[in-house]
Amino acid sequence: MSSPSVPHLDTELAERVLVRFLREEAGRAGFTRFVIGLSGGIDSAVSAYLAARAVGPENVISIAMPWHLSSAESLEHGRLVADAASLSLDVVDLTDAAQALLAELPEPSPHRIGNVLARLRMITLWDRSFAERALVVGTTNKTELLVGYGTLHGDLASALNPLGDLYKCQVRALARHLGVPAIVIDKPPSADLAPGQTDEADFGFTYDEADAVLDRMVDRRHAPEDIVAAGFEESLVRSIHERVVRNQYKRRGPLIAKLSRRTVGWEFRYPRDWRT
Amino acid sequence: MKAALAQTAPQLANVAANFANHAAIVDRAVAAGAELVVFPELSLTGYLLMEATPEVAITLDSPRMDALRTLSKRAALAVGLVEEAPGGRYFNSAAFLDGGELLHVHRKVYLPSHGLFDETRHFAIGDRIRAFDTRFGRVGMLICRDFWHLGPAYLLACQDVDVMCVLSASPGRGAESDSGRFESGASVSLLGDVYGRSFGCHVLHANRGGVEEGVTFVGGSEAYAPDGSLLARGKDEECDLVVVEIDPAARRAARLRMPFLKEERPHLILRELQRVLSERSAPRY
Repeated sequence: MSSPSVPHLDTELAERVLVRFLREEAGRAGFTRFVIGLSGGIDSAVSAYLAARAVGPENVISIAMPWHLSSAESLEHGRLVADAASLSLDVVDLTDAAQALLAELPEPSPHRIGNVLARLRMITLWDRSFAERALVVGTTNKTELLVGYGTLHGDLASALNPLGDLYKCQVRALARHLGVPAIVIDKPPSADLAPGQTDEADFGFTYDEADAVLDRMVDRRHAPEDIVAAGFEESLVRSIHERVVRNQYKRRGPLIAKLSRRTVGWEFRYPRDWRT
Repeated sequence: MKAALAQTAPQLANVAANFANHAAIVDRAVAAGAELVVFPELSLTGYLLMEATPEVAITLDSPRMDALRTLSKRAALAVGLVEEAPGGRYFNSAAFLDGGELLHVHRKVYLPSHGLFDETRHFAIGDRIRAFDTRFGRVGMLICRDFWHLGPAYLLACQDVDVMCVLSASPGRGAESDSGRFESGASVSLLGDVYGRSFGCHVLHANRGGVEEGVTFVGGSEAYAPDGSLLARGKDEECDLVVVEIDPAARRAARLRMPFLKEERPHLILRELQRVLSERSAPRY
Protein backbone atom coordinates (compact mmCIF):
# COMPACT_ATOMS: atom_id res chain seq x y z
CA MET A 1 0.00 0.00 0.00
CA SER A 2 1.77 3.16 -1.19
CA SER A 3 -0.11 6.00 0.52
CA PRO A 4 -2.16 4.68 3.42
CA SER A 5 -5.04 6.89 4.56
CA VAL A 6 -4.11 8.46 7.88
CA PRO A 7 -6.47 9.83 10.55
CA HIS A 8 -7.71 13.36 10.04
CA LEU A 9 -7.82 16.12 12.68
CA ASP A 10 -10.02 19.17 13.16
CA THR A 11 -7.01 21.37 13.92
CA GLU A 12 -9.00 24.38 15.06
CA LEU A 13 -10.90 22.28 17.61
CA ALA A 14 -7.71 20.52 18.67
CA GLU A 15 -5.87 23.79 19.28
CA ARG A 16 -8.76 25.16 21.34
CA VAL A 17 -9.15 21.99 23.40
CA LEU A 18 -5.44 21.43 24.01
CA VAL A 19 -4.78 25.04 25.02
CA ARG A 20 -7.72 24.87 27.43
CA PHE A 21 -6.49 21.50 28.72
CA LEU A 22 -3.07 22.95 29.58
CA ARG A 23 -4.42 26.11 31.16
CA GLU A 24 -7.23 24.52 33.18
CA GLU A 25 -5.41 21.41 34.36
CA ALA A 26 -2.41 23.49 35.46
CA GLY A 27 -4.76 25.96 37.12
CA ARG A 28 -6.49 23.17 39.06
CA ALA A 29 -3.14 22.21 40.57
CA GLY A 30 -2.32 25.85 41.32
CA PHE A 31 0.23 26.35 38.52
CA THR A 32 0.43 29.09 35.90
CA ARG A 33 3.82 28.26 34.39
CA PHE A 34 5.28 25.49 32.26
CA VAL A 35 8.70 24.05 31.54
CA ILE A 36 9.43 22.18 28.33
CA GLY A 37 12.43 20.59 26.69
CA LEU A 38 12.94 21.77 23.09
CA SER A 39 14.67 19.12 21.00
CA GLY A 40 14.36 20.97 17.73
CA GLY A 41 11.79 18.44 16.57
CA ILE A 42 8.15 18.80 15.67
CA ASP A 43 6.60 17.30 18.81
CA SER A 44 8.29 19.57 21.33
CA ALA A 45 7.64 22.50 18.96
CA VAL A 46 3.89 21.83 18.97
CA SER A 47 3.82 21.37 22.75
CA ALA A 48 5.74 24.62 23.18
CA TYR A 49 3.37 26.56 20.91
CA LEU A 50 0.35 25.21 22.80
CA ALA A 51 1.94 26.00 26.17
CA ALA A 52 2.75 29.53 25.04
CA ARG A 53 -0.84 30.05 23.92
CA ALA A 54 -2.16 28.63 27.19
CA VAL A 55 -0.23 30.80 29.66
CA GLY A 56 1.66 33.31 27.54
CA PRO A 57 5.24 32.85 26.26
CA GLU A 58 6.67 34.71 29.26
CA ASN A 59 5.39 31.89 31.47
CA VAL A 60 7.00 29.06 29.51
CA ILE A 61 10.57 28.03 30.34
CA SER A 62 12.05 26.30 27.31
CA ILE A 63 15.30 24.39 27.61
CA ALA A 64 17.52 22.80 24.99
CA MET A 65 19.68 20.01 26.42
CA PRO A 66 22.32 18.94 23.91
CA TRP A 67 25.49 17.01 24.56
CA HIS A 68 28.69 16.90 22.51
CA LEU A 69 27.37 14.29 20.03
CA SER A 70 24.05 16.06 19.39
CA SER A 71 23.63 17.42 15.90
CA ALA A 72 24.14 21.16 15.63
CA GLU A 73 20.94 21.30 13.61
CA SER A 74 18.86 20.18 16.61
CA LEU A 75 19.95 23.15 18.70
CA GLU A 76 19.55 25.47 15.73
CA HIS A 77 15.97 24.28 15.19
CA GLY A 78 15.27 24.55 18.92
CA ARG A 79 16.29 28.21 18.72
CA LEU A 80 14.16 28.69 15.62
CA VAL A 81 11.09 27.29 17.42
CA ALA A 82 11.74 29.33 20.57
CA ASP A 83 12.09 32.52 18.52
CA ALA A 84 8.98 31.80 16.49
CA ALA A 85 6.95 31.13 19.65
CA SER A 86 8.50 34.16 21.44
CA LEU A 87 10.11 31.95 24.09
CA SER A 88 13.47 32.62 25.66
CA LEU A 89 15.59 29.49 25.34
CA ASP A 90 17.94 28.21 28.04
CA VAL A 91 20.68 25.82 26.98
CA VAL A 92 21.86 23.21 29.47
CA ASP A 93 24.82 21.25 28.12
CA LEU A 94 24.65 17.69 29.39
CA THR A 95 28.06 16.59 28.12
CA ASP A 96 29.89 16.66 31.46
CA ALA A 97 27.05 15.10 33.44
CA ALA A 98 26.50 12.39 30.85
CA GLN A 99 30.19 11.58 30.49
CA ALA A 100 30.68 11.45 34.26
CA LEU A 101 27.81 8.99 34.61
CA LEU A 102 28.68 6.94 31.53
CA ALA A 103 32.26 6.55 32.79
CA GLU A 104 30.84 4.64 35.76
CA LEU A 105 28.70 2.33 33.61
CA PRO A 106 30.18 -0.82 32.09
CA GLU A 107 30.28 -0.67 28.28
CA PRO A 108 27.12 1.34 27.62
CA SER A 109 25.49 0.48 24.30
CA PRO A 110 24.10 3.27 22.06
CA HIS A 111 20.61 2.33 23.26
CA ARG A 112 21.66 2.72 26.91
CA ILE A 113 23.40 6.01 26.16
CA GLY A 114 20.16 7.24 24.59
CA ASN A 115 18.26 6.26 27.73
CA VAL A 116 20.82 7.96 30.00
CA LEU A 117 20.49 11.19 28.04
CA ALA A 118 16.70 11.03 28.05
CA ARG A 119 16.76 10.59 31.83
CA LEU A 120 19.30 13.39 32.37
CA ARG A 121 16.92 15.63 30.42
CA MET A 122 14.09 14.49 32.66
CA ILE A 123 16.15 15.37 35.77
CA THR A 124 16.92 18.80 34.32
CA LEU A 125 13.27 19.54 33.50
CA TRP A 126 11.88 18.31 36.83
CA ASP A 127 14.51 20.29 38.73
CA ARG A 128 13.39 23.47 36.99
CA SER A 129 9.78 22.44 37.57
CA PHE A 130 10.38 22.34 41.31
CA ALA A 131 12.59 25.43 41.41
CA GLU A 132 10.22 27.64 39.46
CA ARG A 133 6.80 26.11 40.19
CA ALA A 134 6.32 25.25 36.52
CA LEU A 135 4.71 22.03 35.28
CA VAL A 136 6.62 19.84 32.84
CA VAL A 137 4.77 19.65 29.53
CA GLY A 138 5.02 16.32 27.72
CA THR A 139 5.92 15.83 24.07
CA THR A 140 5.09 12.16 23.47
CA ASN A 141 2.52 11.61 20.75
CA LYS A 142 -0.02 8.77 20.47
CA THR A 143 2.01 6.87 17.86
CA GLU A 144 5.05 6.81 20.14
CA LEU A 145 2.96 5.91 23.20
CA LEU A 146 1.36 2.98 21.39
CA VAL A 147 4.51 1.55 19.78
CA GLY A 148 6.54 2.27 22.91
CA TYR A 149 9.03 4.65 21.29
CA GLY A 150 10.13 6.55 24.35
CA THR A 151 12.27 6.18 27.48
CA LEU A 152 10.44 5.32 30.68
CA HIS A 153 11.22 7.99 33.30
CA GLY A 154 12.89 9.92 30.48
CA ASP A 155 11.04 11.68 27.68
CA LEU A 156 7.86 9.78 28.65
CA ALA A 157 7.79 11.66 31.97
CA SER A 158 5.64 14.79 32.19
CA ALA A 159 2.95 16.40 34.33
CA LEU A 160 0.60 17.20 31.44
CA ASN A 161 0.82 15.81 27.93
CA PRO A 162 -1.18 17.68 25.29
CA LEU A 163 0.01 15.40 22.44
CA GLY A 164 -0.74 11.95 23.87
CA ASP A 165 -3.98 11.52 21.90
CA LEU A 166 -2.61 12.77 18.56
CA TYR A 167 -1.03 10.47 16.01
CA LYS A 168 2.18 11.72 14.41
CA CYS A 169 0.35 12.73 11.21
CA GLN A 170 -2.10 14.73 13.34
CA VAL A 171 0.80 16.42 15.14
CA ARG A 172 2.07 17.45 11.69
CA ALA A 173 -1.34 18.85 10.74
CA LEU A 174 -1.54 20.75 14.02
CA ALA A 175 2.03 22.05 13.57
CA ARG A 176 1.08 23.51 10.19
CA HIS A 177 -2.06 25.03 11.70
CA LEU A 178 -0.06 26.61 14.54
CA GLY A 179 2.61 28.00 12.21
CA VAL A 180 5.58 25.92 13.34
CA PRO A 181 8.53 26.63 10.97
CA ALA A 182 8.28 24.39 7.91
CA ILE A 183 11.86 23.14 8.19
CA VAL A 184 10.99 21.59 11.57
CA ILE A 185 7.81 20.00 10.24
CA ASP A 186 9.34 18.60 7.08
CA LYS A 187 12.62 17.10 8.33
CA PRO A 188 12.74 13.35 9.02
CA PRO A 189 11.81 12.69 12.68
CA SER A 190 14.88 11.74 14.70
CA ALA A 191 15.68 11.12 18.36
CA ASP A 192 19.18 12.42 17.50
CA LEU A 193 20.82 9.36 19.04
CA ALA A 194 23.49 9.19 16.32
CA PRO A 195 24.32 11.17 13.17
CA GLY A 196 21.73 10.46 10.48
CA GLN A 197 19.60 8.30 12.79
CA THR A 198 15.83 8.49 12.09
CA ASP A 199 12.80 7.13 13.94
CA GLU A 200 11.42 5.48 10.82
CA ALA A 201 14.68 3.59 10.15
CA ASP A 202 14.56 2.35 13.77
CA PHE A 203 10.97 1.15 13.32
CA GLY A 204 11.30 -0.42 9.91
CA PHE A 205 8.08 1.35 8.91
CA THR A 206 6.99 4.95 8.32
CA TYR A 207 4.93 7.05 10.69
CA ASP A 208 2.18 7.24 8.07
CA GLU A 209 2.09 3.44 7.89
CA ALA A 210 2.03 3.19 11.67
CA ASP A 211 -0.69 5.85 11.99
CA ALA A 212 -2.89 4.23 9.35
CA VAL A 213 -2.59 0.81 11.03
CA LEU A 214 -2.93 2.11 14.60
CA ASP A 215 -5.97 4.21 13.73
CA ARG A 216 -7.68 1.06 12.44
CA MET A 217 -6.41 -1.18 15.24
CA VAL A 218 -6.93 1.14 18.21
CA ASP A 219 -9.51 3.75 17.30
CA ARG A 220 -11.69 1.68 14.96
CA ARG A 221 -11.06 -1.62 16.76
CA HIS A 222 -10.37 -3.57 13.59
CA ALA A 223 -8.78 -6.97 14.16
CA PRO A 224 -5.22 -7.35 12.76
CA GLU A 225 -6.43 -9.88 10.16
CA ASP A 226 -9.06 -7.42 8.92
CA ILE A 227 -6.39 -4.74 8.54
CA VAL A 228 -4.33 -7.17 6.46
CA ALA A 229 -7.42 -8.00 4.41
CA ALA A 230 -7.85 -4.25 3.77
CA GLY A 231 -4.49 -4.27 1.95
CA PHE A 232 -1.78 -3.68 4.56
CA GLU A 233 1.35 -5.87 4.65
CA GLU A 234 0.95 -8.69 7.12
CA SER A 235 4.50 -8.22 8.47
CA LEU A 236 3.80 -4.52 9.07
CA VAL A 237 0.55 -5.17 10.92
CA ARG A 238 2.10 -7.96 12.99
CA SER A 239 5.15 -5.87 13.87
CA ILE A 240 3.01 -2.92 15.02
CA HIS A 241 0.60 -5.11 16.95
CA GLU A 242 3.45 -6.83 18.77
CA ARG A 243 5.01 -3.50 19.69
CA VAL A 244 1.69 -2.23 21.07
CA VAL A 245 1.26 -5.29 23.28
CA ARG A 246 4.90 -5.59 24.34
CA ASN A 247 5.12 -1.94 25.42
CA GLN A 248 1.98 -1.83 27.54
CA TYR A 249 4.19 -1.61 30.67
CA LYS A 250 5.43 1.81 29.52
CA ARG A 251 1.88 3.14 29.57
CA ARG A 252 1.17 2.06 33.16
CA GLY A 253 2.73 2.63 36.56
CA PRO A 254 4.54 -0.16 38.41
CA LEU A 255 2.52 -3.15 39.59
CA ILE A 256 1.79 -3.17 43.30
CA ALA A 257 1.67 -6.46 45.18
CA LYS A 258 -1.79 -6.66 46.70
CA LEU A 259 -2.18 -7.57 50.36
CA SER A 260 -4.78 -5.32 51.99
CA ARG A 261 -8.48 -4.85 51.31
CA ARG A 262 -7.86 -1.38 49.94
CA THR A 263 -4.89 -1.15 47.62
CA VAL A 264 -3.71 1.91 45.73
CA GLY A 265 -4.76 1.43 42.12
CA TRP A 266 -7.48 -1.13 42.84
CA GLU A 267 -9.98 -0.23 45.56
CA PHE A 268 -8.28 3.10 46.26
CA ARG A 269 -8.97 4.80 42.94
CA TYR A 270 -9.34 8.54 43.03
CA PRO A 271 -9.14 11.05 40.22
CA ARG A 272 -5.88 12.93 39.88
CA ASP A 273 -7.90 16.17 39.92
CA TRP A 274 -9.33 15.16 43.32
CA ARG A 275 -10.64 18.20 45.20
CA THR A 276 -9.38 20.71 42.66
CA MET B 1 -40.94 33.26 31.94
CA LYS B 2 -37.19 33.16 31.61
CA ALA B 3 -35.03 30.15 32.32
CA ALA B 4 -31.24 29.97 32.63
CA LEU B 5 -28.88 27.20 31.62
CA ALA B 6 -25.92 27.32 33.98
CA GLN B 7 -22.95 25.91 32.08
CA THR B 8 -20.48 25.33 34.90
CA ALA B 9 -17.14 23.56 35.39
CA PRO B 10 -17.37 22.15 38.93
CA GLN B 11 -14.42 21.50 41.17
CA LEU B 12 -14.00 17.77 41.51
CA ALA B 13 -15.31 16.38 44.80
CA ASN B 14 -15.56 19.78 46.49
CA VAL B 15 -19.23 20.31 47.33
CA ALA B 16 -18.68 23.43 49.44
CA ALA B 17 -16.90 25.28 46.62
CA ASN B 18 -19.45 24.15 44.06
CA PHE B 19 -22.38 25.16 46.25
CA ALA B 20 -20.87 28.64 46.60
CA ASN B 21 -20.60 28.80 42.80
CA HIS B 22 -24.25 27.73 42.45
CA ALA B 23 -25.30 30.58 44.72
CA ALA B 24 -23.24 33.09 42.74
CA ILE B 25 -24.72 31.85 39.45
CA VAL B 26 -28.26 32.02 40.81
CA ASP B 27 -27.58 35.68 41.66
CA ARG B 28 -26.49 36.36 38.08
CA ALA B 29 -29.39 34.43 36.60
CA VAL B 30 -31.93 36.22 38.78
CA ALA B 31 -30.37 39.55 37.83
CA ALA B 32 -30.94 38.55 34.20
CA GLY B 33 -34.61 37.87 34.97
CA ALA B 34 -34.49 34.06 35.17
CA GLU B 35 -36.97 32.26 37.42
CA LEU B 36 -35.57 28.78 36.80
CA VAL B 37 -31.89 27.79 36.70
CA VAL B 38 -30.90 24.41 35.29
CA PHE B 39 -27.45 23.14 36.28
CA PRO B 40 -25.54 20.23 34.69
CA GLU B 41 -25.27 16.61 35.83
CA LEU B 42 -23.42 16.23 39.15
CA SER B 43 -23.10 20.00 39.29
CA LEU B 44 -22.39 19.92 43.05
CA THR B 45 -19.59 17.37 42.77
CA GLY B 46 -18.01 17.14 39.31
CA TYR B 47 -18.22 14.04 37.16
CA LEU B 48 -15.16 11.73 37.28
CA LEU B 49 -15.45 11.05 41.01
CA MET B 50 -14.40 7.40 41.12
CA GLU B 51 -13.98 6.28 44.77
CA ALA B 52 -14.79 9.79 46.01
CA THR B 53 -18.45 9.16 45.06
CA PRO B 54 -19.71 8.17 48.55
CA GLU B 55 -17.59 10.88 50.16
CA VAL B 56 -19.45 13.69 48.38
CA ALA B 57 -22.90 12.14 48.70
CA ILE B 58 -25.68 13.98 50.49
CA THR B 59 -28.93 12.71 51.92
CA LEU B 60 -32.15 14.51 51.12
CA ASP B 61 -32.53 15.58 54.76
CA SER B 62 -28.97 16.93 55.10
CA PRO B 63 -27.99 20.53 55.91
CA ARG B 64 -26.65 20.84 52.35
CA MET B 65 -30.15 20.13 51.00
CA ASP B 66 -31.52 22.72 53.44
CA ALA B 67 -29.10 25.23 51.95
CA LEU B 68 -30.35 24.33 48.46
CA ARG B 69 -33.94 24.73 49.66
CA THR B 70 -33.08 28.19 50.92
CA LEU B 71 -31.34 29.06 47.65
CA SER B 72 -34.46 27.98 45.75
CA LYS B 73 -36.39 30.85 47.33
CA ARG B 74 -34.51 33.07 44.88
CA ALA B 75 -35.19 30.96 41.77
CA ALA B 76 -36.32 27.44 41.01
CA LEU B 77 -33.33 25.10 40.65
CA ALA B 78 -32.52 21.85 38.92
CA VAL B 79 -29.18 20.67 40.35
CA GLY B 80 -27.08 17.55 40.00
CA LEU B 81 -25.81 15.68 43.06
CA VAL B 82 -24.73 12.34 44.46
CA GLU B 83 -27.72 11.26 46.55
CA GLU B 84 -27.14 8.88 49.44
CA ALA B 85 -30.19 6.68 50.01
CA PRO B 86 -30.91 4.03 52.63
CA GLY B 87 -29.29 0.66 52.08
CA GLY B 88 -25.91 2.06 51.08
CA ARG B 89 -27.19 3.14 47.70
CA TYR B 90 -25.76 6.15 45.89
CA PHE B 91 -27.64 7.69 43.00
CA ASN B 92 -26.60 10.07 40.26
CA SER B 93 -29.58 12.35 40.96
CA ALA B 94 -31.18 15.59 39.86
CA ALA B 95 -33.15 17.60 42.41
CA PHE B 96 -35.78 20.18 41.48
CA LEU B 97 -36.39 22.80 44.15
CA ASP B 98 -38.60 25.87 44.18
CA GLY B 99 -39.81 28.33 46.81
CA GLY B 100 -37.86 26.61 49.56
CA GLU B 101 -39.29 23.16 48.79
CA LEU B 102 -37.84 20.04 47.22
CA LEU B 103 -40.39 19.18 44.53
CA HIS B 104 -38.84 16.17 42.84
CA VAL B 105 -35.77 13.96 42.62
CA HIS B 106 -34.89 12.06 39.46
CA ARG B 107 -32.38 9.23 39.81
CA LYS B 108 -30.44 8.54 36.61
CA VAL B 109 -31.75 5.38 34.98
CA TYR B 110 -29.29 4.83 32.14
CA LEU B 111 -25.82 4.57 33.66
CA PRO B 112 -23.19 4.34 30.92
CA SER B 113 -20.48 1.83 31.77
CA HIS B 114 -18.27 1.45 28.75
CA GLY B 115 -15.31 3.31 27.28
CA LEU B 116 -14.37 6.06 29.73
CA PHE B 117 -17.67 5.66 31.62
CA ASP B 118 -17.86 3.60 34.82
CA GLU B 119 -21.16 4.63 36.38
CA THR B 120 -22.59 1.27 37.43
CA ARG B 121 -19.46 0.69 39.50
CA HIS B 122 -20.34 3.63 41.72
CA PHE B 123 -24.05 4.32 41.33
CA ALA B 124 -27.29 2.45 41.92
CA ILE B 125 -29.77 2.48 39.05
CA GLY B 126 -32.82 4.74 39.18
CA ASP B 127 -36.12 3.00 38.55
CA ARG B 128 -38.66 5.65 37.63
CA ILE B 129 -39.27 8.42 35.14
CA ARG B 130 -41.90 10.79 36.44
CA ALA B 131 -43.17 14.22 35.49
CA PHE B 132 -44.23 16.65 38.21
CA ASP B 133 -46.18 19.88 38.43
CA THR B 134 -44.50 23.25 38.92
CA ARG B 135 -45.41 26.87 38.39
CA PHE B 136 -43.73 26.53 34.98
CA GLY B 137 -46.03 23.71 33.90
CA ARG B 138 -45.35 19.96 34.00
CA VAL B 139 -41.64 19.33 34.22
CA GLY B 140 -39.62 16.18 33.65
CA MET B 141 -35.92 15.73 34.33
CA LEU B 142 -33.44 13.49 32.55
CA ILE B 143 -29.74 13.06 33.24
CA CYS B 144 -27.31 12.86 30.32
CA ARG B 145 -27.50 9.29 28.98
CA ASP B 146 -31.21 9.14 29.91
CA PHE B 147 -31.61 11.67 27.10
CA TRP B 148 -29.82 9.54 24.47
CA HIS B 149 -32.23 6.64 24.93
CA LEU B 150 -35.57 7.37 23.31
CA GLY B 151 -37.71 5.73 26.00
CA PRO B 152 -37.36 8.22 28.87
CA ALA B 153 -38.26 11.24 26.75
CA TYR B 154 -41.25 9.32 25.36
CA LEU B 155 -42.40 8.41 28.88
CA LEU B 156 -42.21 12.06 29.90
CA ALA B 157 -44.17 13.08 26.80
CA CYS B 158 -46.89 10.58 27.73
CA GLN B 159 -47.11 12.40 31.06
CA ASP B 160 -47.83 15.68 29.21
CA VAL B 161 -44.52 17.26 30.06
CA ASP B 162 -44.20 20.93 29.15
CA VAL B 163 -40.58 21.53 30.04
CA MET B 164 -37.95 18.83 29.73
CA CYS B 165 -34.92 19.68 31.88
CA VAL B 166 -31.80 17.77 30.92
CA LEU B 167 -28.70 17.81 33.11
CA SER B 168 -25.55 16.59 31.34
CA ALA B 169 -21.81 16.14 31.71
CA SER B 170 -20.83 15.06 28.23
CA PRO B 171 -17.14 14.24 27.65
CA GLY B 172 -15.91 15.36 24.23
CA ARG B 173 -14.97 12.45 21.98
CA GLY B 174 -13.97 12.52 18.32
CA ALA B 175 -12.10 15.46 16.77
CA GLU B 176 -11.94 14.42 13.12
CA SER B 177 -15.08 15.96 11.64
CA ASP B 178 -13.92 19.54 10.88
CA SER B 179 -17.18 20.84 12.36
CA GLY B 180 -15.35 22.84 15.03
CA ARG B 181 -17.07 20.73 17.70
CA PHE B 182 -16.53 17.32 19.24
CA GLU B 183 -18.46 14.69 17.29
CA SER B 184 -20.15 13.46 20.50
CA GLY B 185 -21.52 16.97 21.15
CA ALA B 186 -23.11 17.29 17.73
CA SER B 187 -25.22 14.16 18.32
CA VAL B 188 -26.88 15.68 21.38
CA SER B 189 -28.11 18.67 19.39
CA LEU B 190 -30.10 16.37 17.11
CA LEU B 191 -31.96 14.92 20.09
CA GLY B 192 -32.97 18.31 21.51
CA ASP B 193 -34.40 19.28 18.14
CA VAL B 194 -36.32 15.98 17.78
CA TYR B 195 -37.74 15.92 21.31
CA GLY B 196 -38.89 19.54 21.15
CA ARG B 197 -40.53 18.95 17.78
CA SER B 198 -42.05 15.53 18.51
CA PHE B 199 -43.38 16.27 21.97
CA GLY B 200 -44.24 19.98 21.62
CA CYS B 201 -42.29 20.78 24.76
CA HIS B 202 -39.44 23.07 25.68
CA VAL B 203 -36.12 21.30 26.09
CA LEU B 204 -33.69 22.95 28.51
CA HIS B 205 -30.38 21.14 28.31
CA ALA B 206 -27.56 22.27 30.61
CA ASN B 207 -24.29 20.64 29.60
CA ARG B 208 -21.15 21.31 31.58
CA GLY B 209 -17.87 22.68 30.27
CA GLY B 210 -14.32 22.66 31.59
CA VAL B 211 -11.63 20.00 31.79
CA GLU B 212 -11.37 17.20 34.34
CA GLU B 213 -8.76 14.41 34.31
CA GLY B 214 -7.70 15.49 30.83
CA VAL B 215 -11.28 15.11 29.58
CA THR B 216 -12.89 18.19 28.02
CA PHE B 217 -16.65 18.54 28.51
CA VAL B 218 -18.42 19.83 25.43
CA GLY B 219 -20.58 22.61 26.90
CA GLY B 220 -22.86 24.00 24.19
CA SER B 221 -25.94 23.93 26.44
CA GLU B 222 -29.07 24.29 24.35
CA ALA B 223 -32.66 25.38 24.70
CA TYR B 224 -35.11 24.12 22.07
CA ALA B 225 -38.57 25.50 21.34
CA PRO B 226 -41.65 23.24 20.98
CA ASP B 227 -41.30 23.41 17.20
CA GLY B 228 -37.75 22.08 17.38
CA SER B 229 -36.06 25.40 16.70
CA LEU B 230 -32.97 26.31 18.66
CA LEU B 231 -33.66 29.16 21.09
CA ALA B 232 -30.15 29.61 22.41
CA ARG B 233 -26.84 27.83 22.65
CA GLY B 234 -24.00 28.19 25.15
CA LYS B 235 -20.35 28.44 24.24
CA ASP B 236 -18.46 25.30 23.40
CA GLU B 237 -16.38 23.80 26.23
CA GLU B 238 -16.23 26.83 28.52
CA CYS B 239 -18.46 28.17 31.29
CA ASP B 240 -21.46 30.20 30.24
CA LEU B 241 -24.87 31.34 31.39
CA VAL B 242 -27.64 31.17 28.80
CA VAL B 243 -30.95 32.89 29.51
CA VAL B 244 -33.98 32.12 27.34
CA GLU B 245 -37.65 33.04 27.26
CA ILE B 246 -39.97 30.05 27.75
CA ASP B 247 -43.37 30.91 26.35
CA PRO B 248 -46.33 28.59 27.13
CA ALA B 249 -48.14 30.01 24.08
CA ALA B 250 -45.40 28.55 21.89
CA ARG B 251 -46.23 25.06 23.19
CA ARG B 252 -49.92 25.55 22.53
CA ALA B 253 -49.25 26.77 19.00
CA ALA B 254 -46.83 23.95 18.23
CA ARG B 255 -49.23 21.30 19.53
CA LEU B 256 -52.09 22.72 17.48
CA ARG B 257 -49.96 22.79 14.36
CA MET B 258 -48.54 19.29 14.82
CA PRO B 259 -50.76 17.39 17.32
CA PHE B 260 -48.39 14.47 17.80
CA LEU B 261 -49.42 13.97 21.43
CA LYS B 262 -53.15 14.05 20.68
CA GLU B 263 -52.62 11.35 18.06
CA GLU B 264 -50.10 9.32 20.06
CA ARG B 265 -51.02 5.65 20.69
CA PRO B 266 -49.36 4.72 24.00
CA HIS B 267 -51.64 1.71 24.59
CA LEU B 268 -50.72 0.27 21.22
CA ILE B 269 -47.02 0.88 22.01
CA LEU B 270 -47.42 -0.83 25.40
CA ARG B 271 -49.30 -3.82 23.96
CA GLU B 272 -46.84 -4.33 21.14
CA LEU B 273 -43.86 -3.83 23.40
CA GLN B 274 -45.17 -6.48 25.77
CA ARG B 275 -45.63 -8.86 22.85
CA VAL B 276 -42.16 -8.12 21.49
CA LEU B 277 -40.55 -8.65 24.88
CA SER B 278 -42.41 -11.88 25.61
CA GLU B 279 -41.42 -13.28 22.21
CA ARG B 280 -37.84 -12.17 22.66
CA SER B 281 -37.51 -13.51 26.20
CA ALA B 282 -37.61 -17.18 25.19
CA PRO B 283 -34.03 -18.47 24.84
CA ARG B 284 -33.34 -19.90 21.43
CA TYR B 285 -31.04 -22.65 22.64
